[in-house]
Amino acid sequence: MTAPIICREDEVFVLNLGPQHPATHGVLRVKLTMDGEYVVKAEPVLGYIHRMHEKMAEDRTFAQFMPNTARMDYLHALAYNHGYVLAVERAAGIEVPERAEYIRVITVELNRLTSHLLWWSAFLLDLGGFSPLLYAFDDREQILDLLERVTGSRLTYCYFRFGGVYNDIDDDFITGTRNFIKRLRSRLPRFYHDLVTKNIILIKRLKDIGFVSKEQCRKYGATGPLLRGSGVQFDVRKNEPYSVYPEFDFDIPVYEEGDSMARYMVRMDEIEQSMRIIEQALDKLPDGPVRAKVPKILKPAAGDYYAAVEAARGSFGCRLVCNGGKSPYRLKLRSPTFSNLSLFGEVAEGMLLADALAFMGSLDLVIPEIDR
Amino acid sequence: MSEYWNDIFGGTKSLLVGLGITAREFFKPVVTEQYPWEVPVMMPRFRGHIELVKNGETGRPNCIVCGMCMRNCPSGCITLTGKKPEGEKKKVLTKYELDFTKCSLCGSCIEGCNFNAIQFSKDYNLASTRKEDYIFDLLKRLEEQS
Ligand code: SF4
Ligand code: SF4
Repeated sequence: MTAPIICREDEVFVLNLGPQHPATHGVLRVKLTMDGEYVVKAEPVLGYIHRMHEKMAEDRTFAQFMPNTARMDYLHALAYNHGYVLAVERAAGIEVPERAEYIRVITVELNRLTSHLLWWSAFLLDLGGFSPLLYAFDDREQILDLLERVTGSRLTYCYFRFGGVYNDIDDDFITGTRNFIKRLRSRLPRFYHDLVTKNIILIKRLKDIGFVSKEQCRKYGATGPLLRGSGVQFDVRKNEPYSVYPEFDFDIPVYEEGDSMARYMVRMDEIEQSMRIIEQALDKLPDGPVRAKVPKILKPAAGDYYAAVEAARGSFGCRLVCNGGKSPYRLKLRSPTFSNLSLFGEVAEGMLLADALAFMGSLDLVIPEIDR
Repeated sequence: MSEYWNDIFGGTKSLLVGLGITAREFFKPVVTEQYPWEVPVMMPRFRGHIELVKNGETGRPNCIVCGMCMRNCPSGCITLTGKKPEGEKKKVLTKYELDFTKCSLCGSCIEGCNFNAIQFSKDYNLASTRKEDYIFDLLKRLEEQS
């Protein structure tokens, strides 16, 4: 609830939120001008972990850039892997075997689940609830074990390759995934909804707080659950389908309210939708190779290519400019959180500090992805 | 006024539900791994830092010093040298150094090697306060292993 504030120039003070602050999950600094408990102005200051990923791409081969993609959004690394390989595959005209596409979808969706579960726990931690984190991590750990079995790593995956994936999935992974989905389905109502979603304190902290309108989303280019929580049905998986997504039956959850609660609900519903996609993909999983024959050193024809994927936080885009050489001429990475954070300043004006933090949590920020 | 009572009623209910779940979970078995009493078993595909593979017949490293791994590495972690001993046709590895401080465990080196000469190790217990401890001499490591 935002109260109109009448502030006197000489009574405001500047409060630095971060660069290290438990609520910012990374090194983000927000310069808050405060009037007592109320935020008068909020300016995000970025760049504390800028690592020049785009520049790095220019001095290495296409394949050598793969590990970098996982280090932007470390919570949904596989979607970033996916975006980048899609762009390069478009550039080089590589066909991907069908089994590989299915494996990609299964692993990306599992990774989306881990991302949403982690957001959920961290968000509630920001709001002051500790025990939900332990329940969510118990579930998340199961997925990490599954993904570790196939990819070899637990967080910064480098699993996709141009023309397929690194190696095949096995039967243990398939049964493990099915069992996990059964397990999460049985735990969702009690540990997630009874304990948290229906909790009156959570409802009071989120309902009607942090309203983001459709116009604001459009103005700042916000995507992902933030946009869908403001009533716009946009999801790259449906609107510009890629990979084998068109073959699955799933919904795009949309909430009209535009408050923090709406964004919370969008993500909770997406957990269910991701599980549906995984189940269908496991049912339909075709046999065959998982990796097409691709030359070791790629030299795509000169041109301008773009690929976008739906990551857990919104649409991630890769614009690849090639000049016929061994490495990209230019790689522009469009990361969702950067746009999503941009509207923080406008929306947080006039909020109570505690509400602004709850609002920030509901944006699901991943800082390395903003800075890149 | 009715909202006031609704809040009190709803709050009490939320509290009881939460306490109920916590109380039930309190008596469930422990799910966390009790490290260091319980040591995790690494998955077969686990990616530790790389290590050299020994040839089963000769007992020497499989590596033929082609340098593909070095060229494939995005971060330039690998330095290797080899020399041709007199009277032999093939080069022999004399030094293979991995700068683990820069390694991102991507596996490009392993994929680039056509001679099955390097693999991921299962080492995860790596902790040190000195940077030099992460410059691994893989040749020495291989000798120590045997
Ligand atoms: S690519 Fe393999 S054989 Fe060639 S130098 Fe590296 S480890 Fe040795
Ligand atoms: S795993 Fe990747 S970063 Fe590490 S040495 Fe091999 S190629 Fe280099």
